[in-house]
Amino acid sequence: MKRKACFLGSAAAAALLAQGALAEGRLNIYNFGLYTPPELLERFSETYDVEVSLTEFAANEEAIARIQAGGHGLDVVLVSGYFIPAYLDQGLLMESHPNEMENFSNVAPEWASITNDPERAYTAPWVWGTTGVMVNTGLYDGDINTAAIFLDPPEELSGTINLVPSMNDVIDMTLRYIGAEPCTSDREALSAARDLLTSASEHWASIDYASFEKFVNEDLNASVFWSGAAGRIRDANPDFAYGWPETGYIQWMDNMAILADATNVENARLFLNFIMAPENAAMISNYTRYGNGITGSEAFMDAGLLDSPELQVPEALEGAAIDQQLCAPAVQELYTRIWTELTR
Amino acid sequence: MLSEAASGEALLRRAETRRRWSLAMPALIVISLFSILPLAVMVVYSFLTPGTYGNVEWQFSLDGWFSVIFERDLFDDTLGLADAHLSILGRSALLALATTALTMVFGLPTAWFIATRPVASRAYWMFLITVPFWTNLLVRTIAIQEVIRADGTINRLLLGLGVIDAPIQMMFTNGAVLLGMTYVYLPLMVLPVYAAIEKFDFRLAEAAYDLHASRFYCLRRVIFPLIRPGVIAGSILVFIPALGAYVTPRLMGGGRAMMWGNLIDLQFGQGRNWPLGAALSVSLTLLVMIALVLSVRRFAGGGRADG
Repeated sequence: MKRKACFLGSAAAAALLAQGALAEGRLNIYNFGLYTPPELLERFSETYDVEVSLTEFAANEEAIARIQAGGHGLDVVLVSGYFIPAYLDQGLLMESHPNEMENFSNVAPEWASITNDPERAYTAPWVWGTTGVMVNTGLYDGDINTAAIFLDPPEELSGTINLVPSMNDVIDMTLRYIGAEPCTSDREALSAARDLLTSASEHWASIDYASFEKFVNEDLNASVFWSGAAGRIRDANPDFAYGWPETGYIQWMDNMAILADATNVENARLFLNFIMAPENAAMISNYTRYGNGITGSEAFMDAGLLDSPELQVPEALEGAAIDQQLCAPAVQELYTRIWTELTR
Repeated sequence: MLSEAASGEALLRRAETRRRWSLAMPALIVISLFSILPLAVMVVYSFLTPGTYGNVEWQFSLDGWFSVIFERDLFDDTLGLADAHLSILGRSALLALATTALTMVFGLPTAWFIATRPVASRAYWMFLITVPFWTNLLVRTIAIQEVIRADGTINRLLLGLGVIDAPIQMMFTNGAVLLGMTYVYLPLMVLPVYAAIEKFDFRLAEAAYDLHASRFYCLRRVIFPLIRPGVIAGSILVFIPALGAYVTPRLMGGGRAMMWGNLIDLQFGQGRNWPLGAALSVSLTLLVMIALVLSVRRFAGGGRADG
């Protein structure tokens, strides 16, 4: 996933939690902006007497570029599930075997194995969520479990629709909507997707990491959006509801991994184990408003979050989830060109 | 005796030249290290093959440069001009030109006003002009957003006065981008123009009036030729960053219409095509260079008139 919360989580906002100069060691964490609860770091720091520092990034592509350049001094990094192959391809992750750690038994069965790390040999779960659509139901009371919200918008919403600039997510959902598969190399399907997007785009206001108050103030009334962020907006404006397009919505998981050239390996291992403990995973969920994939964490989660509609994928729509993946370079190039055409 | 003096002078001049070169050395080294070297890296990358997951593979390829200008049809692979790129370049150039023109319209009178204040208060006015520079570009852009958004200052004022019934959509338009860029780059126009006007000898204007020049004639034939170098410097300072602007178009334009800078960002980020991104960046640099050379040739006469 790209950034979930703040629309410009600037590249490297470093929050330093210095816990005394006598700390036993250090741990340098690299995570998305507004994605790490400060209390979590405090608790880790106190429990293990480790000095923790947090550096933030906005996109997986940005993070890997920095890590490739070397000399980063980072120990653990957040990697979105679909992006794990990019890291593995260049040998950037340590085979730290989170699956053999003490707390791994807490990982829910459906998250104990993910497509790009089937054994969980490299990554531990952080949070999972979906990318679907969010609609102001005060303005539009029709079915919102459809990608037509942004591809064939109802008149009530036209002109106040936003898309998050997640190129692959948007094109994947569009391809599913017209009956094709994500990452297809079928030129006919791709040009149909382009034509549909282009004709729909006149109904959109922006393609932006729109700030929350634009929705709360109803400057924008619909968006391709992330489930957790949608929950935060519903808190401020109860008219907003989140939908899972029945033709396909994106399901993703973000994970923590140890870097191959980490210097504080022991502390990094402690951290991966730490975040798989239910009470700590709950802390992450309470902060980010996403599910965490750790069994037993429900007991520690905020009441409002536990039964929040954004986290409960309707059973009938479970099969429509698209496992977020990277496309082959040749297809990616066509995706980029569709996106360029769309925003020319 | 005359020739002796001349040869002594020549020797002195040679020594002076040497001294100047050695004094310029540190600057030259810094320039080549921080400006020519990165550019060279860009040029090299633009001729490589994109890696599967971003970055590059060290294999020569012209594909990056090819796709700056041409593209194969998405449907049947027929070759055509990359008109999406061209229209993005067109928009960038047009917006940068319009920004330059607007900053000139607002910047010239501002600079004139400051330069004609008493010497003691000029510093105070200049200080006011530089205040926005203390704030981060992002913050400045968001501040101007606040003024024109649907629930912003202007709309609230107009609604309150009963001039309009529903808020005017100003955000996310080309006009919004233009407004944002004009606001952000205005000081870059005011400063060099002010420096030129400050040097202007106002007795020349008086002399023009004595010779029965009209106000407009005096402005056109006396004042403007003398402050022209400042105006040109200001235009260059505004036009170049405006052409590659990234943050302001992104925030004010709402991402629906890309500028050249955003197109480059797309290739290095989600597009995972670094060579194309590098080629797009180098072509922007080349275009700016050509535009500069042309403008220097065109305006060289004006530049000397001041010296």
